[in-house]
Amino acid sequence: MHAPDGFLNAGTAVVTGAVSLGTVGFALKQSRERLKEKAVPLAGITAAFIFAAQMFNFPVAAGTTGHLLGGALAAILLGPSVGVVVVTIVVVVQALAFADGGLTALGYNVLNMAIIPAYAGYAAFRFFRRMFPKSAGGVIGATGLAAWASVVMSAIAFSIEWLFGATAPVSFDDVFFAMVGIHALIGIGEGVISALAVGAVMASRPDLVYGASDLTRDQLAETKSMKMRTFVIGGVLVALVLAAVVSQFAGDNPDGLESVAEETGIIESGGDHALADSVFADYATDGISNEALSLAIAGIVGTVVTLAVVAGIFLALRDNRGRDPAAV
Amino acid sequence: MGTGHSHALYVHEHSPIHRLTPEAKIVAALGMVVPVAITPREQVWAFALYASLIVTVLLVARVPIRFLGIRLLALTPFLAFALFIPLIATGETIEIWGLALSVEGLWGTWNILAKATLGASVSIALTATTEVPDIIRGLGILRVPALFTSIASFMIRYLELVTDELGRTRVAMTARGYDPKWLSQVKPIASSAGALFVRSYERGERVHAAMLSRGFTGVMPRLEHRVTTTNEWLQVTVLVAICVGTVTIALIVA
Amino acid sequence: MSAGIELRQVEFAYPDGTPALRGTDLSVGPGERVAVLGPNGAGKTTLALHLNGILVPFAGSISIGGLEVVESNFPEVRRRVGMVFQDSNDQLFMPTVREDVAFGPANLGWGGDTLEGRVDAALAAVEGTGFADRPPHHLSGGEKRRAALATVLAMEPDVLVFDEPSAGLDPAGRRELVATLRDLPMTQVIITHDLSLALELCPRAVIMNEGRVVADGATRDLLGNGDLLAANRLELPYGFSLVEATRGD
Repeated sequence: MHAPDGFLNAGTAVVTGAVSLGTVGFALKQSRERLKEKAVPLAGITAAFIFAAQMFNFPVAAGTTGHLLGGALAAILLGPSVGVVVVTIVVVVQALAFADGGLTALGYNVLNMAIIPAYAGYAAFRFFRRMFPKSAGGVIGATGLAAWASVVMSAIAFSIEWLFGATAPVSFDDVFFAMVGIHALIGIGEGVISALAVGAVMASRPDLVYGASDLTRDQLAETKSMKMRTFVIGGVLVALVLAAVVSQFAGDNPDGLESVAEETGIIESGGDHALADSVFADYATDGISNEALSLAIAGIVGTVVTLAVVAGIFLALRDNRGRDPAAV
Repeated sequence: MGTGHSHALYVHEHSPIHRLTPEAKIVAALGMVVPVAITPREQVWAFALYASLIVTVLLVARVPIRFLGIRLLALTPFLAFALFIPLIATGETIEIWGLALSVEGLWGTWNILAKATLGASVSIALTATTEVPDIIRGLGILRVPALFTSIASFMIRYLELVTDELGRTRVAMTARGYDPKWLSQVKPIASSAGALFVRSYERGERVHAAMLSRGFTGVMPRLEHRVTTTNEWLQVTVLVAICVGTVTIALIVA
Repeated sequence: MSAGIELRQVEFAYPDGTPALRGTDLSVGPGERVAVLGPNGAGKTTLALHLNGILVPFAGSISIGGLEVVESNFPEVRRRVGMVFQDSNDQLFMPTVREDVAFGPANLGWGGDTLEGRVDAALAAVEGTGFADRPPHHLSGGEKRRAALATVLAMEPDVLVFDEPSAGLDPAGRRELVATLRDLPMTQVIITHDLSLALELCPRAVIMNEGRVVADGATRDLLGNGDLLAANRLELPYGFSLVEATRGD
């Protein structure tokens, strides 16, 4: 997902650039507060670890491989703000030093590959932890689901950026369906690997897992295999989300969903929105069967992702203020 | 993913470009990449101009063009996707070789191809003439926060060590017959990732102890560097001015 | 300049509760070279980390050249005590060796020509001027060890502490190490499993076991005491003859 220069239009590059700059600046400040003078060696070497971990290619389905994003993993291991800083540095150095991703694309690359997976991924982690027992297994399960969610949210963000900044005549619907669909699959790999990796760390040094810092020694020792139940719950959630959102775009006949939406007043029946023409890229909105519905869904998922990021930032602030980290 | 060891990125020469300070080169790189990104795609002449500029820079730096070609191969996945666009895009089509290709789609492909290639070429020119630790130092001089650049420096310093450890683990696992084909067999990889994290973290703590032992109290000491001369800034300004001029004309004409 | 070391009844346990030092006493005079021997887990490295305040004891006191090792004195203590770590990669963290060597003095507030002078002198002392401008991960094991030593010498310490200095070195590297250490006038505390190195460099040795000093005396005497060695999981290298090694002493 390292987009090259010119992939999205200038306006999108500038806006995402500003957002990323501000957020990373905030994350940097939070990191310094939390780690103090340990920040440089710890974050630096962990960044090397994330960089190396991203080189893991894992088989997704026959023939295709995906690779680890690492944002959620970094946030759960090190804390959300440190996670953001670490993965941002990886992305920036990849662009500057390895020509992996365009320099003018850094705004959205950092947003999609560092900020969203780490902050929103961490928020998802805390959300899932509430549902699971307070144990090592609970942490591992929450990690797996949060890591999956972080990849999907990243794909959603990219699709919405395409809505605003498309530079080629591929509609938002097509991009959304393709990106979210593929990444829902790749995300499974991210989820499994992140969960197992956190499990491995918990086995030898549970004190190194930020997301488990609220567990007592007894709770940590409870390694009863609740993985089965976790993944069943997780699987059901996955299926529901996938079915509801993606199927809307997969079919040419979303009558059911559309009429419900019209009835409940979410969209006005028929027609384009005037707003759509001015703000969104023509390329992205041309060729959509029902523009209003697509935009409504974009709005909803976009809001979810944004809320998740904001929740992550809020949690990061609260954790730093000394309240029990990861208290759920 | 296009990653490689730093000696594969840098071309060791003693050219005027190599001698420039890293911050000057970073400014020059940004001054080229931004105009490229906002140039309207129809102004093909502008892209030709940018391309010849980059080639000139590489020639002055005595970097073989072949080197650029090899490093550009890393872009292939994205370029492949870009080539796909005219087949799936909407709008008016024309027929080429029996395929119905969207006209707008073709322009879109050209846009992405041109800008991605030029942008990557600028980055490649930068790393061919500036070693990565110097690039980080240059960022610091350009007022990027010290915490950010110090962390980046450490990452670069320990990258080879960590990837080597990873490589060794894989070799050891392969030697014992491990060859993952399905996601379900990925547990040993993930476990070794976890173990690698623990080892990395523990090394981080030891490095921290070593830093404290040598008097570190939280702020990295400022080490001296050569200041960019006015002459050098002038050279950079000329290069950037050409690019800015080009994009301005291109925007006006479009 | 060299300083003496005084440890009195030092006690320390790790965060998980494992006791590491159970009342350690040690007295080293200025300019002395002392080997610290003992099995793994005896507390040797833990002890070393107390000498410059990286670890802080629960009980007991430590002083370097009369200066108590407490937080308010850490800056000066860390100037006086130079630590060479077991893994050289841990203390070579800057982009080039030269910057690593400059790191310590720069933290002490030195700059400009003084700094350059100190850096050049330290590099010369370890014969490292040749690799000074290389990145540390391009150095061989022996070169890294010498570079690590230079980073510490640049601060002009009064005490040097080495944790397994000969580990991983080839015979030539080991010989160079011995020659370099012999020429350094500061007080030296050398933690090592390499008993012949201990004999070569240190007239005096102490044996640690389970967080305490259990033996303290002339290295030759300690190494000649078979029962003592066995009780502490120490063994002379195969074929090593104490008589031969100390012939002519």
